[in-house]
Amino acid sequence: MDALMQFVFSGVTVGAVYALVALGFTIIYNASDVVNFAQGEFVMLGGMITVFAHLAGLPLPLAALGAILATAALGVALNRLAIEPARGAPVVSVIIITIGASILIRGAAQLIFDKQLHGLPAFSGDDPIRVMGATILPQSLWVIGGALAVFVGLWAFFTRTLTGKAVLATSNNRTAAQLVGINTGWVMTLAFGLSAAIGALAGVLVTPITLVSYDVGVGLALKGFAAAMLGGMGNPKGALAGGLLLGLFEALTAGYVSSQYKEAVAFVVILGVLFAMPQGLFGRAGTERV
Amino acid sequence: MSLLSVEGLGIAFGGVRAVHDVGLTVAPGEIVSIIGPNGAGKTTLFNMISGVYLPGAGRVRLDGEDVTGMAPHLLARRGLSRTFQNLQIFPAMSVLENAATGFHLRERGALLADLLALPGARRRSAEALAGARDLLARVGLDRAADREAGELSYGALKRLEIARALATAPRLLLLDEPAAGCNAVETEEIDRLIAGMAQSGIAILLVEHDMKLVMRISTHIVVLDHGEKIAEGDPATVSRHPDVIAAYLGAPVAVEGAAHADG
Repeated sequence: MDALMQFVFSGVTVGAVYALVALGFTIIYNASDVVNFAQGEFVMLGGMITVFAHLAGLPLPLAALGAILATAALGVALNRLAIEPARGAPVVSVIIITIGASILIRGAAQLIFDKQLHGLPAFSGDDPIRVMGATILPQSLWVIGGALAVFVGLWAFFTRTLTGKAVLATSNNRTAAQLVGINTGWVMTLAFGLSAAIGALAGVLVTPITLVSYDVGVGLALKGFAAAMLGGMGNPKGALAGGLLLGLFEALTAGYVSSQYKEAVAFVVILGVLFAMPQGLFGRAGTERV
Repeated sequence: MSLLSVEGLGIAFGGVRAVHDVGLTVAPGEIVSIIGPNGAGKTTLFNMISGVYLPGAGRVRLDGEDVTGMAPHLLARRGLSRTFQNLQIFPAMSVLENAATGFHLRERGALLADLLALPGARRRSAEALAGARDLLARVGLDRAADREAGELSYGALKRLEIARALATAPRLLLLDEPAAGCNAVETEEIDRLIAGMAQSGIAILLVEHDMKLVMRISTHIVVLDHGEKIAEGDPATVSRHPDVIAAYLGAPVAVEGAAHADG
């Protein structure tokens, strides 16, 4: 029982990170039907920029804020320089552009920063908290709290605000959205800025636990993608549930089967979802007019 | 004073002169129709006026202000709305939601008030939905309000587009074949709908193939053929114009028809 609780805690912590990555996917997907594979790089940048700004002498909160803003600016630049010029191209082409962008960002990070692993001090100390016979790190609570806060914020944004609905309308039909007065260019800028900021926030929160280096983005993007697929692409509820479930699957596999199989879980989940329920847990099935 | 004035508008795609040197004006309450055979450049003209295409030549003025090539969302703010021949609806939304999107510009409120669902935000949202219901009733779609828009017939979607366009409170409305795909009864409804909109002071620019409808409701008709204006005037004048008859039924002299490739 104690062991199970321990697996659950670590699963929920890592799952919250996947959920944050998946939530980042959600926004850009909702605005443009594009899966942004540079999302993992945003997480990496959030961690790396915070580490180096902190090393340069900035207090941690300021360094984190700076990293989030800088990454958001990079997200906006990515949209302006690489995504907008390809407007009208098929979605698959744009997805390949995001893969190219992720390789570029990774390479640049390796040159600008370094190839070492870096950590950050935990926000509220390192003393484990004992709950029901198992322990959880205070930093885990920060990660879980961050995922929940972003989820609630996004859910309210998409269901309640006019801007959020404008994002959904833009994805549904860009021409029609422009027709009713929606500035679709601004919607895309917003989507990339917000996605990048959420990714960077995930990087800031998780670095004290998992450390960061220039190449952590690939794995995170893949896990976040699996989480988003499992929950249903485009739905914040699905991103949260998918992320937490994937984290739990991984932790339980590592605990009860073998940690060697842990990395395979995400792939098994992607395959399982594609075979059994392509629309995911909370996604809605698309209807095609013929 | 005309609301819309178009001067010398033209565009070419590759070597094809799709529209050349077309001018027209529309005043509030007027219904100006553009007619012509298939490929005459009617929809292209619409696309230039509504900011979908950047014109190669000429000027579009709204209220005297030069709006040539302005983005569609900015034109919407200046009171220009349109419908599309091949439909531009939000297929994944309900019929009611589609119509409610037209209130986008009028529903603008503070982001924080929306997030917290403050009373003001709820009221704005409720007003938009009530307004959308009224407009659906006006185009005869109130019973389909909760259905998914993708399920509706072509003719019904045409009317949904009109409802959404009306929700933007347009001063100028461009209708691209509103009666296409409609049966005789529905066409008569569209007829009344357009006349009603004009009476309420909206300037209307219409592209339509149903000649009976065009002749009945237009105040002014512009005839295009091969991208150029070949005639204009009131319905009676235009229907007797020899060039118009030639464009529609073929020229009496065979050489004239062979000189143009059908575009």
